[in-house]
Amino acid sequence: MDGERTNQNSKAVAYWKANLKAITILLTIWALVSYGGAILLAEPLFNLRFGQIPLSFWFAQQGSMITFVILIFVYSWWMNKIDREYDVHEE
Amino acid sequence: MSTETWTLIIVGLTFAFYLYVGYLNRVRETAGFYVAGRGVPAIANGAATAADWMSGASFVSMAGLISFLGYDGAVYLMGWTGGYVLLALLLAPYLRKYGKYTVPDFIGDRYYSHTARAVAAIATIFISLTYVAGQMRAVGIVFSRFLQVNIVTGVIIGMAIVAFFAVLGGMKGITWTQVAQYVVLISAYLITTISIAWVLTGNPIPQLAFTFSDFAVRLNQIQIDLGLKEYIRPFQNFSLINVFFITLALMIGTAGLPHVIIRFYTVPRVSDARISAGWALLFIALLYTSAPALAVFAKYNLINTLHGKTRAEIEQIDWAVKWEQTGLLKFDDKDGDGVLEMTADKATNEITIDRDIIVLSTPEVARLAPWVVGLVAAGGLAAALSTAAGLLLAMSSAVSHDVYYRIWKPDATESERLMVGRVMIFVAILVAGYFGVRPPGFVAEVVAFAFGLAAASLFPAIFLGIFDRRMNREGATAGILVGLFFTLIMIVLMRSDRLLGTEAPIIASFLGINAQGIGVVGAILNFIVSYAVSRATPPPPQEIQDLVEEIRVPRGALAPAAEH
Repeated sequence: MDGERTNQNSKAVAYWKANLKAITILLTIWALVSYGGAILLAEPLFNLRFGQIPLSFWFAQQGSMITFVILIFVYSWWMNKIDREYDVHEE
Repeated sequence: MSTETWTLIIVGLTFAFYLYVGYLNRVRETAGFYVAGRGVPAIANGAATAADWMSGASFVSMAGLISFLGYDGAVYLMGWTGGYVLLALLLAPYLRKYGKYTVPDFIGDRYYSHTARAVAAIATIFISLTYVAGQMRAVGIVFSRFLQVNIVTGVIIGMAIVAFFAVLGGMKGITWTQVAQYVVLISAYLITTISIAWVLTGNPIPQLAFTFSDFAVRLNQIQIDLGLKEYIRPFQNFSLINVFFITLALMIGTAGLPHVIIRFYTVPRVSDARISAGWALLFIALLYTSAPALAVFAKYNLINTLHGKTRAEIEQIDWAVKWEQTGLLKFDDKDGDGVLEMTADKATNEITIDRDIIVLSTPEVARLAPWVVGLVAAGGLAAALSTAAGLLLAMSSAVSHDVYYRIWKPDATESERLMVGRVMIFVAILVAGYFGVRPPGFVAEVVAFAFGLAAASLFPAIFLGIFDRRMNREGATAGILVGLFFTLIMIVLMRSDRLLGTEAPIIASFLGINAQGIGVVGAILNFIVSYAVSRATPPPPQEIQDLVEEIRVPRGALAPAAEH
């Protein structure tokens, strides 16, 4: 029983680590597009064009919002995959 | 048929439909009343969350606000969408696994403390109440503007509609009505925005027309020529540090708003909670990415049509005459040269454009059929009513579930709890209606409170409750109180001219951060205090640590007994 319990515990730790890794990667992208592309790098990216408008202006009023939507769907897909790998998915 | 007749017909039809949906979804048990029986499909919860989130002000005023702020309007665009990423990754799935009814439920149980529960309940009520007052006002304004009834009558009609489906159906009635309201509001917004994009650029997709046409650059040039601030250049209205902190405060605040969080209790499974946050943000982003396009096109078109015309020429334009009568558009030939000109200087500017007109006038400016004007009115009402209903439920459940049932009378029967729930939501509607009829003079200021306080109090407490197993009652309670009071005091000091009646604000900013961004500092203080106090006091009991382990996994706990 004790051995099995330890086994389950290490599985729980590994599952949580995989989850934290997914969160860290996705939140890094989240910060890069909004706080990076639209705010801290607003001046340098102003001189690059995307379509007919400055790249930083596109990040500020379109690009970061579009990225946010994609990030949540990717997270959802990624976590479902991790859930199944660790056999903790719902019926 | 006239615009007024169309408006009356469309608003009447949509209201009848909401009442019908509300009647179909009436409930008889508390799980249905508070969390819609946890039977809401992920995509429907996404639509309901989007309607819940987008207020009457988002619908009517946001595009106008952006058209006046230019680049810096991004604080609202990114701030009110980016919070959903935090919500989806850091809170929603775990709260769904925990599976109770309210936000104070989680905080009270996780921190094994009625004090923490009561503090969370008070924060929930305060945040929701500050927010709901503006919603009822918006209902009254839309009624008076489109149907020529007075604001009080408008507020009373709105209250009666919300009362019907909220009291009968609780969360279930509210959810399915919000789904219907989302369809109405997004149709109205997109038809309007697509039309003006098509008329001006020949590209019907607003997001593409915004990026791949030169109208933003042209508007920028017009603003330079008129001596106004550049439209597409950053930090013309807010400093970099304020753009950074306001965006972050709105994001963290969004993730901590109780009326949004409780929506994720209503889906059947943890995986549904994750993806329904994605649907919610997709549905929100449909409007939020259209708004900046509408802002550019409508503002360009207004200036281009009106600037430099004579009084006689303006009188040939039907919509200009009509909106002048409402006072949202003002012409005043100050230098008497017969030509109306826009300038950056208030003393010489001859054309004043109210920001609300950006959305409201577009159907007529783009020469759309009269029924589209009626649909826009119905969309504005849908946005205001759906947000009000969600807030009313969050507020009343904090009283009827957390204070009455969990703290005061834990042995209350099911039917007593349901009755108290219905009575409290009715009381909440009366309170909201009162503020709608007699709005406090500082509605705009209190919105800064709602986001700042949610960011500084609820978000850190919930986040730490999930991600830090060692976090205990003492740490969380101290953190909430410090975050709450710091933010409260700072906002009052920075807005004391409006709130306390002092001549000038007592302090102008905190290290360059203004009242809208101060919630971030409150949240950071909350994290630091929570961590320090929790490490100096005993760890939480074993059953609480087990609870944390359990909410971290979607199925069961990773306990040995589950599989064998």
